[in-house]
Amino acid sequence: MRQFDPQPAPHIPAPSSVRRMMLQVLVALIPGIAAHVWFFGPAIAIQLILACGFALGFEALCLKARGRPLLPYLNDLSAPLTAVLYVLCLPPLMPWYTTAIGLLFAIVVAKHLYGGLGHNLFNPAMVGYAVILVAFPLHATSWLPPASLAENPIGLMSALEAIFTGGLPAPLSFDAITEATPLDHWQNGISSGQMMSEIRQSPVFGDYGGVGWEWIANGYLLGGLYLMARRIISWRVPVALLGSVVILTLPGSLIDPDTNPLVMEHLFTGGIMLAAFFIATDPVSGSTTPRGMLIFGAGVAILTLIIRRWGAYPEGIAFAVLMMNMAVPLIDRHTRTRVFGT
Amino acid sequence: MSDSGPITPDNRRIWRDGLWQNNAGLVQLLGLCPLLAVSSTVSSALGLAAATLVTLLVSSTLVCLSRRWLRPEIRIAVFVMIIATTVSCIEMLMQAFAYSLYQTLGIFVPLIVTNCAILGRAEAFASRHPLRATLQDALATGLGFGTLLLVMGMIREALGHGSLFRHMDQLLGSWAQGLTLQFTSPETGGFLLALLPPGAFLILGTLIALRNRIQHRSTVAANRLQTSTTDTSTAES
Repeated sequence: MRQFDPQPAPHIPAPSSVRRMMLQVLVALIPGIAAHVWFFGPAIAIQLILACGFALGFEALCLKARGRPLLPYLNDLSAPLTAVLYVLCLPPLMPWYTTAIGLLFAIVVAKHLYGGLGHNLFNPAMVGYAVILVAFPLHATSWLPPASLAENPIGLMSALEAIFTGGLPAPLSFDAITEATPLDHWQNGISSGQMMSEIRQSPVFGDYGGVGWEWIANGYLLGGLYLMARRIISWRVPVALLGSVVILTLPGSLIDPDTNPLVMEHLFTGGIMLAAFFIATDPVSGSTTPRGMLIFGAGVAILTLIIRRWGAYPEGIAFAVLMMNMAVPLIDRHTRTRVFGT
Repeated sequence: MSDSGPITPDNRRIWRDGLWQNNAGLVQLLGLCPLLAVSSTVSSALGLAAATLVTLLVSSTLVCLSRRWLRPEIRIAVFVMIIATTVSCIEMLMQAFAYSLYQTLGIFVPLIVTNCAILGRAEAFASRHPLRATLQDALATGLGFGTLLLVMGMIREALGHGSLFRHMDQLLGSWAQGLTLQFTSPETGGFLLALLPPGAFLILGTLIALRNRIQHRSTVAANRLQTSTTDTSTAES
């Protein structure tokens, strides 16, 4: 015999609390983070714990300064989510003070100075990332090679030492253990006249992305599909973003495959997957109208590809998201849906 | 235009306005381009502050002395001519006597012409008030702007280079090389963002917020004092 809910209708509770939504997003990030730990070592886990600590600390300080209650806001998990997204954008061996400064800008400047959760104009994690990329260019581009390719894989203890003291155990040095990412290889190779087939000879390239990177991207894709299935995020932003990447890179990779990376390579390297499902879908700093979401996603894709192809930085997804954040008020204004009957 | 224009404020008021109440950078937000671009070290900030101060003094004096003959229709053009001439002279003097500083400041020396604070003082004060007041006003405005430049320079240099008074020899001669204070080792450097334009905007914004907070507090305190005195006076009557 089936049990009936004794409450009156409606029986389907809406997953409307901020905490629940943030928790779902964090859960959806687990496959990507697990792939990261598997391929690149445990340093990212230390960084995640450190960043969450800083984020909650800054959040508490700001709430206290603004005279808001601490617990309801600290409990809504928005600060830890910002911290996690911030960490996933940066190399895992960033010194602890850069993490602190990045989250200071993310939580204090980008979030609370604009009025707290729900009022921030820019995506806090991307603001923190952009500040660190501009302020500490050397640290922020020192990526580790996948552990399978590394001569000296970074273990837990040496990761701790690198993050907290800025140094490494004796035989290792940062120059020796860091490795250019697949996107760096594209940019350097293409600008020096190499063909894509030559660039792909480098061991960092896997089947269709970078070694390890492709599986991390698949992890994000899985998490993103879960979020879409649970209706936490709208399908519009990811579909518009990934669709635009495909449409824009397809002609180049068909007509001139020697100097243009393939569509799959564009999708599965860098931050495209993470941004499509977890960053550009931010309900606060992103567009909120149905047509606006499509424009927002397409705009992020176009700007990212422009920066990748012609910019000074190998990856431009963070700048693309921030620039589109600036355009959101305009987009929303022009795509407002008409109220029925008016 | 004649002296029968607006009433000349007293000295106290002029200094208070120029330095704090109506500070060219912090309150009027004029001259932000050089303020943000050249305040990355104390020495360049000091150099630009001095150049701006001299420009203000000379151009205000000339505008003030010639104010009787100026027709209102062409006054702005004449102000610009006077300011541009002054700046050109200062630029050539810097080329002659402080060449390395001239190279550091670069385009921002000729750009003093476009510093709205200077044209603003010419229009709003020098062309309407007698010479004594004008000189004081130019000095107060220049010092107010210069102090802000210097504070920005100190904050940005301390954060960005981890030092204070580096390259002072460009400004003061070779003996000033010993003035440099270095807190961090030169290789580590500092927080690069503070040296870049976004950092300058952030620091200026913070300084403006700080000033508004101090102003707000003193206004609130003054109001409280006023209401309490009126309360007692009404009670007494």
